[in-house]
Amino acid sequence: MTRRGRYGKYGGQYVSETLMGALIDLESAYAQAATDPEFARVLAGYQAEYAGRETPLTFCPNASDKLGCKIYLKREDLVHGGSHKLNNTLGQALLAKQMGKKRLIAETGAGQHGVATAIVGAALGMPVDVYMGEVDTQRQALNVFRMELMGARVIPVRSGTRTLKDAINEALRDWVANVRDTYYLIGSVVGPHPYPLIVRNFQSIIGREAREQIMRKEGRLPDAVVACVGGGSNAIGIFYPFLADDVELIGVEAGGEGIETGRHSATLCAGDAGVLHGTLSYLLQDEHGQVLPTHSISAGLDYPGVGPEHAMLRDSRRVTYAAVNDPEVLDAFRFLSKTEGIIPALESAHAVAYVMENAERFDKDDIVIINLSGRGDKDVSEVAAMKGLS
Amino acid sequence: MGRIEKVFAEGKNPAFIGFTVAGDPDKTTCIRIARALIAGGTDILELGIPFSDPVADGPAIQKADERALGAGTTPSSVFEIVREIRKESDVPIVFLTYYNIVYRRGIDRFYREAHDAGVDGILIADMPVEESGEACNAAQRYCIDPVFLISQTTSDTRIGTIAAEARGYLYLVAVLGVTGVRNQVSEGAIDLLERVRRHTSLPLAIGFGISTPLQAQTCIRAGADGIIVGSALVEIVERNLNNPAAMEQELKDYVSAMKNAIVMSHPV
Repeated sequence: MTRRGRYGKYGGQYVSETLMGALIDLESAYAQAATDPEFARVLAGYQAEYAGRETPLTFCPNASDKLGCKIYLKREDLVHGGSHKLNNTLGQALLAKQMGKKRLIAETGAGQHGVATAIVGAALGMPVDVYMGEVDTQRQALNVFRMELMGARVIPVRSGTRTLKDAINEALRDWVANVRDTYYLIGSVVGPHPYPLIVRNFQSIIGREAREQIMRKEGRLPDAVVACVGGGSNAIGIFYPFLADDVELIGVEAGGEGIETGRHSATLCAGDAGVLHGTLSYLLQDEHGQVLPTHSISAGLDYPGVGPEHAMLRDSRRVTYAAVNDPEVLDAFRFLSKTEGIIPALESAHAVAYVMENAERFDKDDIVIINLSGRGDKDVSEVAAMKGLS
Repeated sequence: MGRIEKVFAEGKNPAFIGFTVAGDPDKTTCIRIARALIAGGTDILELGIPFSDPVADGPAIQKADERALGAGTTPSSVFEIVREIRKESDVPIVFLTYYNIVYRRGIDRFYREAHDAGVDGILIADMPVEESGEACNAAQRYCIDPVFLISQTTSDTRIGTIAAEARGYLYLVAVLGVTGVRNQVSEGAIDLLERVRRHTSLPLAIGFGISTPLQAQTCIRAGADGIIVGSALVEIVERNLNNPAAMEQELKDYVSAMKNAIVMSHPV
């Protein structure tokens, strides 16, 4: 990364002037916290005693038998709140508190980041407003209730496509109006610098743990690490500590109803360079630069942009990006539930589906780590409504 | 002397700068809207190029962007609108848009086409001065003024940096927040005018939340060289979508009243 948060040509700070002061403040507050042993100590305390880290790296004997390679799951579904999102919200909320901010705002798609923000708001005594697309408030109603139960206010967003993209638009509008005392707690490795850097660093605990755990269990590095990519926070979190290793890294995007139908969210597979929400990255857009509507069975991947570091890793081919479609995701959701007794989030089920679809690529002694970024309880009623449980 | 420079030349009255979304509600009506604004006394016409995700804008302009995009507005059709206006008027035209619209077309190509159509200035709402190198170079190549925003949260150091890159005028953001009609001019806006004035001799135009003659007068008395009105004009368009003749009359009357208030409050 070079000056001003660039990842190759991607990244940057494409925001209105009113927010520049806040980003400059955030950059310096984070630089200070990142080298402050006391900040690290407090964060580590919350991670161990509150969030439940470290999370297990679970060997899956049944799935390994069926798929013909050694499958390990990095169990971010067991983090308090049910997903990897708390890794980031704990770090950023402690930072916000240190900066003297009085209020947290967040966007959410599937609701997992909203839940993780509501959790830290309650734990650290800060009021929380969560912007959530109206479509998502319906398909993730359980998470709306959880957020409200923990004292957060959920604001349904009725503009645009009424999904994650528009929730971010509204959060940015709120932030511009309240920038002096409000901290915008972004949930993924997207947005203007320094957010992609901060979120990646807080999430890379996933990969650091997984790397140590697989060395302990197998005495060697894995052959492949697979993670789903929406904005890309769980993926960069597990990939980052493996970047310098000879390990295949695979990011799985939401193919929706198929890339050829246009109803998908596979930004890195089907998009090209553009600026949205403060960052230059890959973007699903029309020929004039208007952002296209997206589709995914999983609200958490239903986003037309992606983190700028992923854009760089795509261009350099260090990471392979692929897409799987909704029906295969539902198969994977059922497969992992039945074979291992672990219900994956529909987002994480994309990574499982990729391994199922590409099982012939792996030998029986190959070690494949799948980042199980979240648990699927939130998705059960939606899947049942699709009659997908049989 | 460029068209924008002439507006702010020595001895001139403060400027009324009117904004409308290009292609709202459609190309033909938009040209009629521009005519009405000019007839009412608009000194600089700001044309918004609609974007699907206008995060700096409030609901009124968001809806106008949606109407314009729904009517098939593209950068090419916006350039055509400019050419139509240029056939009958020398009013300076400034584009307001978002980075991706310019980036997607190619920065050099966008500025070249804008210049060829008769555009005088371009403001990109989500392009802070740190990211403006390529755009400023293109602006210079094609004799277009790069206009920048300055906000209450802009530090003195940044005001200096921005003023050094900007040409034409500086766009002072009167409120913390997005575009849209507000009741009062905040004290912060008055402080901002005074603070920016210490750093630059560029003309200072102020906008966001300004819609009444009284608000305009307050800003002029505090030293503004121009008043920018957007959402209030867009709301007149929205209220009269079914009656273009009434829309034109109301726009013209509104601009005349604002222009009168500005001229009357001018201390010179």
